Amino acid sequence: MRHPSTLPRTIAGAILAAGLATAAHADDGGTSRSGKLLLTGGVSQIEGAAGGGLTPWAVIGGYGTRDEIGANAFYTRVDVDDYSLDSYGVLVGFYDRVELSASRQRFDTEAVGAALGLGRGFAFTQDTFGLKVRLFGDAVLEQDTWLPQVSVGLQHKQNDQAGVLAFIGARDDSGTDVYLSATKLLLAQSLLLNGTVRFTKANQFGILGFGGDRNDDHEAMFEGSVAYLLNRNLALGAEYRQKPDNLGIATEDDAWDVFLAWAPTKTVSVTVAYVDLGNIVIADHQRGVYASLQVGF
Amino acid sequence: MNRLPFVALALAAAIAFAPHSLAQTAEEQAALDAEAALLAEEEARLAAEEAALADDAPVRDPSAPDPAPAHPELRPVLEQFGGRAGLDALMETFMAGMLADDALRPFFVNADQARVKRQLAEQFCVILGGDCTYSGRDMKSSHAGLNINRAHFNRLVEVLQDAMDQHGVPFRAQNQLLAKLAPMHREVVER
Repeated sequence: MRHPSTLPRTIAGAILAAGLATAAHADDGGTSRSGKLLLTGGVSQIEGAAGGGLTPWAVIGGYGTRDEIGANAFYTRVDVDDYSLDSYGVLVGFYDRVELSASRQRFDTEAVGAALGLGRGFAFTQDTFGLKVRLFGDAVLEQDTWLPQVSVGLQHKQNDQAGVLAFIGARDDSGTDVYLSATKLLLAQSLLLNGTVRFTKANQFGILGFGGDRNDDHEAMFEGSVAYLLNRNLALGAEYRQKPDNLGIATEDDAWDVFLAWAPTKTVSVTVAYVDLGNIVIADHQRGVYASLQVGF
Repeated sequence: MNRLPFVALALAAAIAFAPHSLAQTAEEQAALDAEAALLAEEEARLAAEEAALADDAPVRDPSAPDPAPAHPELRPVLEQFGGRAGLDALMETFMAGMLADDALRPFFVNADQARVKRQLAEQFCVILGGDCTYSGRDMKSSHAGLNINRAHFNRLVEVLQDAMDQHGVPFRAQNQLLAKLAPMHREVVER
């Protein structure tokens, strides 16, 4: 069994340190390193990329413009009926072009763990490293064209429970999702739209491994977000994330949420959501609360 | 504009010939005086024209898009801004906000602020379908050489948003105006 603790932490630390150092350096031009408009950097999605709660957006995280570097850290707690998920990580956005992220997801099986013979509170832990590159477009400023901002990204995930994953039929304890995101702010309508196609074989975001007895190929999954800007600091939205169904032991459902994101300043945002993750192993209708705090640098 | 040197030359010639004219008859002297007066008048007119060009006569770079495209459908939005009077009041707050901002002050502190406020009000008024005339330059000419970056542009938007908030402009109306201004980043932002 691999222990993902030390190396990822070192990498996460290095990304953050590099970001902070360069952010401080980029600050000497008389302009702040937070030149983007409020909420246009998105919040942190569950696997650490800038986006909504469930899905990545094409925006580059942090509030840095193309002359600047921005960084942030997040902590997210998802509490559904029979499980809980904690996710935390860091992200650095370079010159509104490249985004690097590192995060950890810890999935607590609570009482279900005991029922499955894994032990009460048995947890799967997964580390995710993300890279996103903006290909073209500007979601915010190009208001006279329908052309969205388009980015390509990947999320490499490493789960720490190889033995259990093999037992439930997952083919691998690590996997890489590749996605293409298009984001457009329709400012005149105060509406933000995002569509993402993710090529993945992750089971339950990777918590239950990658690939399975039913399918072991990457499949294209659609993810969508829509957010209505209530004011400069507040966005109300909904998301949908299609997921593969690779494991014979249990059906996997798509996930959706309804969220409220609040950014009183550029350095803090709080997102709360009602989320439905569907069936997870033996527990159906996993619905509950999603809460996320993001702090920017 | 290029006629000024010729006027100066003509004046110099008139002055050079003046001593000679003293020897002429009173009739000839009167004709020369009239000519000099005409030349002075012409020079004043050209100087005024020059000043007007530097001030607020629209100079339009043919490669730059229309700085104030009219959107008659946004007339209701103009009403939400309080019409032209509302825009004029808004500009007082907007300019004060920019002068109070470290990043933006250098761009406005030495500018003719009254003119900038008037032309911004005109520009917003025309864009929002109002019966106004924009007397300013295109966005490319008016921002050339200012070395404005994205952060400056976005900061200006934020200060404008603050001003619109202070004047009670509804958020959706704000966004409808900003949606028309945002594409101007192409002419305004240099790097």
